[in-house]
Amino acid sequence: MTGTGIGAPVRRKEDQRFITGKGRYTDDLTRPGQAHAYFVRSPHAHAEIVKIDKAAAEAMPGVLAVLTGDDLAADNIGGLICGWMIHSKDGTPMKAGAHPALAQGKVRYVGDHVAVVVAETLAQARDAAEAVEVDYKLLPAIAETAKARSSKVVVHDVAPDNTVYEWHLGDKDATEAAFKKAKHVTSLDITNNRLIPNPIETRAAIGEYDMGTDTYTLYTTSQNPHVARLVLSAFIGIAPENKLRVIAPDVGGGFGSKIFIYAEETVCVWASKKVGRPVRWNSDRTEAFLSDAHGRDHVTRAQLALDDSGKILGLRVHTIANLGAYLSTFSSSVPTYLYAPLLSGQYDIPAIYAEVDGVYTNTAPVDAYRGAGRPEATFVVERLVEVAARELGMDPAKFRKKNYIKRFPHQTPVIMNYDVGDYGASLEKALEMADYKGFNKRKRESAKKGKLRGIGFSSYIEACGIAPSQAVGSLGAGVGLWESAEVRVNPTGSVEVLTGSHSHGQGHETTFAQLVCERLGVDINQVNIVHGDTDKVQFGMGTYGSRSGAVGMSAITRAIDKVIEKGKKVAAYAMEASEKDIEFADGKFSVAGTDKSMAFGEIALQAYIAHKFSGQDLEPGLKEGAFYDPTNFTFPAGMHICEVEIDPDTGVTTIERFTAVDDFGVVINPMIVEGQVHGGIAQGVGQALLENAVYDESGQLVTASYMDYAMPRADDLPSFDVGMTVTPCPSNPLGIKGCGEAGAIAAPPAVINAITNAVGHEDVPMPATPRAVWHAIHKAKAPMAAE
Amino acid sequence: MHAFEYHRPSNVRQAAALLQKNEDAKIVAGGHTLLPTMKQRLAAPSALVDLGALSELRGIEKKGRAVVIGAMATHSDVATSDVVAEAIPGLAKLAELIGDPAVRHRGTIGGSIANNDPAADYPAACLGLGATIITNKRKIPAEEFFTGMFDTALEEGEIITKVSFPIPAKAAYAKFRNPASRYALAGVFVSKRGSDIRVAVTGAGSDGVFRWGEAEEALAKRFAPKSLDGMSPPAKGMNTDIHADAEYRAHLVGVMARRAVAAATGR
Repeated sequence: MTGTGIGAPVRRKEDQRFITGKGRYTDDLTRPGQAHAYFVRSPHAHAEIVKIDKAAAEAMPGVLAVLTGDDLAADNIGGLICGWMIHSKDGTPMKAGAHPALAQGKVRYVGDHVAVVVAETLAQARDAAEAVEVDYKLLPAIAETAKARSSKVVVHDVAPDNTVYEWHLGDKDATEAAFKKAKHVTSLDITNNRLIPNPIETRAAIGEYDMGTDTYTLYTTSQNPHVARLVLSAFIGIAPENKLRVIAPDVGGGFGSKIFIYAEETVCVWASKKVGRPVRWNSDRTEAFLSDAHGRDHVTRAQLALDDSGKILGLRVHTIANLGAYLSTFSSSVPTYLYAPLLSGQYDIPAIYAEVDGVYTNTAPVDAYRGAGRPEATFVVERLVEVAARELGMDPAKFRKKNYIKRFPHQTPVIMNYDVGDYGASLEKALEMADYKGFNKRKRESAKKGKLRGIGFSSYIEACGIAPSQAVGSLGAGVGLWESAEVRVNPTGSVEVLTGSHSHGQGHETTFAQLVCERLGVDINQVNIVHGDTDKVQFGMGTYGSRSGAVGMSAITRAIDKVIEKGKKVAAYAMEASEKDIEFADGKFSVAGTDKSMAFGEIALQAYIAHKFSGQDLEPGLKEGAFYDPTNFTFPAGMHICEVEIDPDTGVTTIERFTAVDDFGVVINPMIVEGQVHGGIAQGVGQALLENAVYDESGQLVTASYMDYAMPRADDLPSFDVGMTVTPCPSNPLGIKGCGEAGAIAAPPAVINAITNAVGHEDVPMPATPRAVWHAIHKAKAPMAAE
Repeated sequence: MHAFEYHRPSNVRQAAALLQKNEDAKIVAGGHTLLPTMKQRLAAPSALVDLGALSELRGIEKKGRAVVIGAMATHSDVATSDVVAEAIPGLAKLAELIGDPAVRHRGTIGGSIANNDPAADYPAACLGLGATIITNKRKIPAEEFFTGMFDTALEEGEIITKVSFPIPAKAAYAKFRNPASRYALAGVFVSKRGSDIRVAVTGAGSDGVFRWGEAEEALAKRFAPKSLDGMSPPAKGMNTDIHADAEYRAHLVGVMARRAVAAATGR
C-alpha cells in the first residue's frame, strides 16, 4: 500500500469543490435561451380525463407551449418502460399497463403528469399551469397494499384484479415437507413500511435540441446516463443514440431514485425541439415527495420450520408488494429477483419457498431504494430468526451461530451461490464490541431509572456487484450488467479514467484514483476520473446495487492490465531489451537482471513520440479499454447489534449503542467505507423509527412534506461503533464485495429486534414511532393489569 | 407566489393605515408561516405590510412585576434575553425549543401568537402565565385572545405591539415534539404565581391551546409532580393524526404536565 493506494484513508478529492459550493449540479447549468417547464399534476388519485382546455393557459404571458399526452401520441413518443420481464407461476408475462410520460385518458396517482407548460420564466409557467383546465371524472381509488387484489377499483385494464404478477421461487414440495416434519413453527406477519428517498438534490433536467446538427442533449440527475440514453432512444423513441447525448453532472445523492427514466426528463428533451429552446425543469420538494419512485411497501406472512434442537428446516414466505400506479424502470425485479434470492440470509436452510404478488395501487410508482429488495428480505429473515430464538428460549446470537452457513461455496435453495464468508467471525467481533456480556447489567440500570432496555441483532447478507449478464438475462433483465472502463495515459504520464460508473456521493473520484495509484504508481493528483457523459464514456451501466467497486473498478483493473502490457512492449523498444524481460513494479518498467529502468511517465512519452519503434510493429499511444462482466454476485455480510432504551411514559426509543461489523471484502478507502456504513445505518434507523409514506384511503399522500414525513436527524442517532472482518471476494480481481447499502439493509431488523426485546412482545410495527411503541407497551401491560 | 404589493411602514400608525386601506393585506412579521404558504400558493394577499422596520416593536424589558416583550422580538431574542432568563427562565427555554436556528432568528413572538397555530409553543406560555396581549387598540387577556385553532380576538387591522407576562414564582414548559415537524405534539406550560396556578396545553387539543382545569385544581393543593400522578385529560377533544391518536396525546399531556411541574420546582 502506498500513501494513496488501496487501503489508504485518502481524503475525498471531490470534497474541495462540494464544500466550497463549486459543485456543478444540473440546476446550476444555464443554457442560452432556456425556457422553463412546469408540470400540471393530478390532484386526484384516480380519475378519467374528460377534457383538457389549454386555451386560457396558452394565452398567458410568456407561454411558449402547453403540451399534453395527445401531443406526445401525435409525435409517436413511446411510453416509459419497465426493463425487467417477470413471469407469473403459470408462465404468463407480467401485466404492464401503459405508462405515457403525459397522461392519456386517465390519471392514476396524485402527482401523475397531466400536461406541461413551457414559458419564458418559471413563474409564468406556474401561473399558466394553474390556468390549464382539466375536466376530471373521479374514480374510486385503492392505495392499500393488502387490499389491492380484492378491490373493485381497476388501476389498469390489463390487470383487472390489480395483480401485475403472481411470482414464485424455490421448491414448494420440499418446503411443505420440511414444515410437516417440523417440531416448531414460528410465524410472523410483517409490514415493510413505504419510504420516500429524499436525496438532498431533487431531480432536474434540461433538454436541448440543436437544429444545426439535429441532436439532443439531456442534462439530468441520473445514476446511469447511458441507460437513460438507451431507453430514451430505443424505447421511447426520441432520437437515435448517436443523436442524443446525456450528461449527468454532479449529482447530489440518489439512493436508487435517480436510476429510473422518468416522465419529466423525457418531456424536457421532447419539448426542446417543439419549442426550439432549451427546456429546463427542477423538481420542488413537494414534487419530489409525490413523484420520485418510492421504496419498500411489502406486506408479508412468513414462517420458519424448526426441529427440536433449533435447527432451521424450512422457510415459507408470501409477500404482497405494492408497485404503485405504473411499473417504473426496474420495479418488477425489486420484490422478485432482488428479494427472494436473499431469503436464505446467512443460514443453512434446506428448503425455501417464496411467493410474491406484485400489485397496482393508486400511489406513486415503487422501485429500487437503497438496498432494493434485500432490506425487505433481511427484515423478514432477521425478524423471523430472532423471534424463533425467543420462542425456543435460545440466545438469539447462539441460535444464529447454530444455523449459520459454515462451508463455502454454498448453494442456497433460492438461486444464490455464496462464494465466501465467515459469519461467525463477524458475530464474535460484534458481540465483543457491543459488550453483549454487559447487557444484563445495563438493562438493570435502565430499569432502576424506570426505562426499558433491549438488544437486537441483525445478521444480514446482500447480493451486490450486480451482476453476471447471462444470469440476469436468464431471469428476465432487459440489459447486461457488466461495466466498462477506458484508461487514457497522456504523453506526460498523467492518467484519465473514463468509467461507466457514476458517482453521486460515493467518492469515485478518490477511490478509482487510488486504484490507479496502486497499480501504475502515479501521483493521485495526476489521475482524473471522467464519468457521467455519454459523449465521453463509450458505454456504462451506472451506479446502484453496490456495483461500482466490484464491477466498475474491476473493469478499470482490466484496462490497467492492458496498459501495463502495452507499456512493456514500448519499454522493450525503449530500453532495447526483450519484452519478456521487462518487469513493471512501483511505477517503473525495468529490465530483469539489470539496473536499467524507466519511469511510467517516460514510457508514456515514448509511446506517444514513437521514435524508438516502428509504428508498423507497434501502434503508438497508450490507451486501453475493457468491458468487465462479473462471474457471480458478491456477498457482503455482517452483524449489526442495536441496543435501545425506551421511555415507557412517552414511548420514545433512544438508540444507546449501535455496533456494525461488516465484511466487505477488500476495502479501497476505509474512511469512505465507514462513511457509507454511517449513512446506511442512518437511513435504516430512519426506516425503523421515523420514516413512513402514508396515503389515506382516497389516495392522497398525507406525508407530502417534512412537516409530516420524519427524516432521521443527527440527534436521533448515537455515535456508531464500526468494525470490519475481511474475506476477500474470489470472483473479482480486487476482492471487493461492496458497501453502499449494508447499513440500510442491516439496521431496520436490528432496531426492531431491540425494541421488541425491550417491550417483551413482537407486536411492534415499523416505523416504531413513539406512538406505536407506547401503544405496544400499553398493550403488553394490559393483561397484567387484569390479573 | 403570486404578485403582491409590498409596504414597509416606519411606525405602527402607518402600518395600521396601510392595513385599513388594503382590505386584503396581510401583516408580515418573521414571515415563517405566511411566506411558505404564499410560495405554495395557498395564500395570495394583495399586499404585505412588513413590520420589520418598526423598532418600537422590538425590545424586552422588565416593567414592575412583568416582563414585556415587543411583538417583533424574535424567538432567539427571547431565548437569549438576560431579562427573560432572570425573571421567567421557563419562557426562555420555550423559545429555545421552537423550530431550528434559522426559524428562531426570523420568527417573532407577535407573529406566532397572531397565527395561533394549534401546535405552536407561545400560546401555551401566554395562557400558562396569564399574559396580556397589547395591540395598537387595546389590551387583551390571553384567555380572551386565543379563540380556537388559527383564530384570535384580533380585529381587522389590529396589530399586536407587545406581550406582557406577569412574573411567576415558578414556571416551566415541557414539550413533546412531533418527530417530523418538531412542533408540539403535546406542550404543557405550568406556572404558580401566588394562588394563581395555571396549566396550559398546546399541540394536543382539537380546538387549539387550552387550560387544563383539573390539573390546576390538583396543583393548587400542592404544587408538585406527584399531585398529577395518573392524571391525564379526557381523550375526547384531543387531536388525532398520523403522529398521535387522541388517547396517546391525552396521555402525553399528563406526562408533560408532570415534567413541567418537576422542572418548575427543580425536582
